[in-house]
Amino acid sequence: MALRNEHPQRLVALFALGCVLFSGTLLGMFGGEATVLGVPALYAYLFGAWAVLVALMALVVELHD
Amino acid sequence: MLLGGVILLASFVYLGILFAIAYYGDKRADAGRSIIANPVIYSLSLAVYATSWTFYGSIGRAAVNGVGFLPIYLGPTLMCALWWVVLRKMIRISKVHRITSIADFIAARYGKSALLGGLVTVIAVVGIIPYIALQLKAVSASFEILLQYPEVVMPPKGRAVALWRDTALYIALLLAAFTVLFGTRHLEATERHEGMVAAIAVESIVKLLAFLAAGIFVTFVVYDGFGDLFGRAAQLERTAPLMKFGDAAGASWTSLVLLSMMAILFLPRQFQVSVVENVNEGHVAKAIWLFPAYMLAINIFVLPITLAGLMHFPDGRIDADTFLLTLPMAHGQEALALFVFIGGLSAATGMVIVETIALSTMICNDLVMPVLLRWRALALVRRADLTGLLLTIRRGAIVVLMMLGYAYYRVAGEAYALVSLGLVSFAAVAQFAPAMLGGMYWKQGTRNGALVGLTLGFAVWGYTLLLPALAKSGWLPISLVDDGPLGIERLKPLALFGLAGLDDISHALFWSMLANVGGYVAVSMLGRQGIGERAQAQLFVDVFTRSDHAARPWRGSASVQEMMALIARFLGSARAGEAFAGYARQRGWTSAAEIQPDAELVCFSENLLAGAIGASSARVMVASVVKEEPLGMDEVLNILDEASQVLAYSHQLEQKSRELEAATAELRAANARLQELDRMKDDFISTVSHELRTPLTSIRAMSETLQAKPGMDEARRRQFISIIVKESERLTRLINQMLDLARLESGGADWHSAEVDLGELIEDAVSTTAALLRENAITLTVDLPPHPPMLRSDRDRLLQVLLNLISNAAKFCPRDGGRITIGLHVRPDVVQVDVSDNGVGIDAADQALIFEKFRQVGDTLTGKPQGTGLGLPISRQIVEHLGGKLWVVSAPGRGATFSFTLPLEAQAGPASVPAAHKTTSPS
Repeated sequence: MALRNEHPQRLVALFALGCVLFSGTLLGMFGGEATVLGVPALYAYLFGAWAVLVALMALVVELHD
Repeated sequence: MLLGGVILLASFVYLGILFAIAYYGDKRADAGRSIIANPVIYSLSLAVYATSWTFYGSIGRAAVNGVGFLPIYLGPTLMCALWWVVLRKMIRISKVHRITSIADFIAARYGKSALLGGLVTVIAVVGIIPYIALQLKAVSASFEILLQYPEVVMPPKGRAVALWRDTALYIALLLAAFTVLFGTRHLEATERHEGMVAAIAVESIVKLLAFLAAGIFVTFVVYDGFGDLFGRAAQLERTAPLMKFGDAAGASWTSLVLLSMMAILFLPRQFQVSVVENVNEGHVAKAIWLFPAYMLAINIFVLPITLAGLMHFPDGRIDADTFLLTLPMAHGQEALALFVFIGGLSAATGMVIVETIALSTMICNDLVMPVLLRWRALALVRRADLTGLLLTIRRGAIVVLMMLGYAYYRVAGEAYALVSLGLVSFAAVAQFAPAMLGGMYWKQGTRNGALVGLTLGFAVWGYTLLLPALAKSGWLPISLVDDGPLGIERLKPLALFGLAGLDDISHALFWSMLANVGGYVAVSMLGRQGIGERAQAQLFVDVFTRSDHAARPWRGSASVQEMMALIARFLGSARAGEAFAGYARQRGWTSAAEIQPDAELVCFSENLLAGAIGASSARVMVASVVKEEPLGMDEVLNILDEASQVLAYSHQLEQKSRELEAATAELRAANARLQELDRMKDDFISTVSHELRTPLTSIRAMSETLQAKPGMDEARRRQFISIIVKESERLTRLINQMLDLARLESGGADWHSAEVDLGELIEDAVSTTAALLRENAITLTVDLPPHPPMLRSDRDRLLQVLLNLISNAAKFCPRDGGRITIGLHVRPDVVQVDVSDNGVGIDAADQALIFEKFRQVGDTLTGKPQGTGLGLPISRQIVEHLGGKLWVVSAPGRGATFSFTLPLEAQAGPASVPAAHKTTSPS
């Protein structure tokens, strides 16, 4: 599988997005007691953001056109 | 009750299955039908990243600081997004240069430096040993815990177990044996182990399934799903803080993300599976998302299991590192516990196998071989077969590595949790980042820069991480850590130069990276690259844009047989033969016998050998059979290339400028000629108008006189009219001659070629001028040979010349006793006609002038114009056109002789009469 020219750029953009999503500063906001479907907000956010990031990377790589 | 026998049996069966898979994978690879040429297998093999650390250790870390275990997986996830840019470049470079390890990569990049390769190997070995100890600790602990089933108790701590009763020792020996079987059954030129990769991929599936099985059991069987589990944990004082982004996790968050980003690229085992074992660059694309997805999956249940463990064992007797195993045990899940144990074994064996194989390659190629090959006493260079030696060194290295890991486990293992052990290793391999990344993207990075950076970084790492670890284990005085060496506060290993408030890892990362990057960049910028380094730097950095290995001129000599024998000593003759046959086919030859020894062969051999013994040793070995110029070929050629380009360019410039100068000179000459012509034209016109005005003035004067005096007497009138007629004739003649001359000069005159009898022609001329001569009482003598030659020429023009010369002579003859002689002489190739008179003669200075237009020497003497002054120029034009010459020989007072020649070959044909074919009618 070969990636086209713009794909590396999109991946680098996702890298930047990931750096922001997982920055310590942002994570400090999830200190409260809030839960999402019974899961603490911090856990829900971390795994949710992680899953979204992986999904976006998969989209960039797998969608050829 | 799980007996030790059952656990051992299960373990051996599992390892046996793995071995079978590996064996099958190797067989298929030998048959050319790879089972690992598949992006999914590639991604799964990358999951060797998840070791016992992930399997057991994450839970232990989560029990202390909540989400603090996650940066180790988020870092690689982020790095995956950059893989297409970074990892693919590493793969391409390694494929092109047959690089088989990180040490090789760095050594090759900085001018194939053996010293650098050795240093990297030492750092990797020292740095990775805690990591191997971690695996031993995890496996032996899990084995001992499982052995106690159904009781859940920790193995006793702080009790010195006799060496022969220590499970970890047997596990270390077992793993060493297993790795030797896996990784060093035979020597591969490419250092690729397809069977091992297949086994690692299977192990990745097993450990994931084991972890998920335990996680699902705990979350959905013991508790009622995530909500229930988290809800209950939130009530407890012990577990509630873990759900926040606490200080403990926050302090090291960023440095752990950074650290793991570097680890995923530069851990020796990750380099092995992601670069060396890579079958196809394209596989990286799928791994970009599949590998992070794997890490996400294996981490989902870490927190639930941690919380469940903390709630189930609230008294802290049970080490959190073991919750994955102890929770199923506590709930009586015998089979699940065994499965988890097997999963943990998978995680540990996978890591140990790949890591020790990667390290043994480094130790062999970059540490031992360079020394042995340079050790003249061993005369290794002349040994016939070295494959056995290479394999022995690697096997020995694997065993030694496992024993070192075991020793570290005995020394420091008890004092640290699993993750802390691993992080020390991560910080060590992070030292490779500046030299590696700089080497791939910065051409100016130098060997000395890399040496200084690595040395400084490694030293700081040892001081700030390894030393405290040894001190805390009691092997060094603890005062060293608490008070600093010799009580110097500023040098405290955990608060260097007073930098306090950071956790150990962030502190060590900061100082070591500062020293490493600073040293690398500063020394690189201050120093200069060797020529060899420069060439390698370009090859590495421009790997995607260069088409290297192009045909190159080569000054050296090598014998193909010698080269083949050399390769055979390291790879065995069968593999060497295959490789050379393949090379011959690729170059379009039918057999290896036809291979020509050239630069490409040397390059090919060096690469082939680099796969087995590393780039720097390969260079030494190949150099031993190749007589090459002392400078490396690449660099010399690069320099030559550049120089010759510049030279060619300047040559072009010089040529252009010479051409320009020549063109300018031509233009200048043409301009001068034009000016000259312009001046001549002006002269000519003024002369012509003067010549025309003289007769016109007489004609006009006579006519006006006649008009004004109608009664003029007859005789006078006739005289006037005769003058008018004579002047008109003169005018007509002048104009005719001018037209004639113009035509001659422009080449537009009509020429009629015919057979001319010169004798007859002269007779004709004489008879035509007879009246004139008689009038002036001139005696004419004609001196002809008996048979005057026949010429092919223009009769009328020749007659014109003769008449002109005769009338000229007549003009200058004295009144009395004038004599003219016409002579004809036949010379070998020309015929010469002389017309002599006994007139006043021509002054030497005037002899050239008389052939110019309107120059009549006689005028000054007689004071009266005679003729037009165009006769001689016209005659000369005609003679020259006919291929001859016209000149005068004279001295004042002794007459003049005008002579002209005509070429005799004119007889042969009309060639010398170019206009002979013209058919235009005469005007």
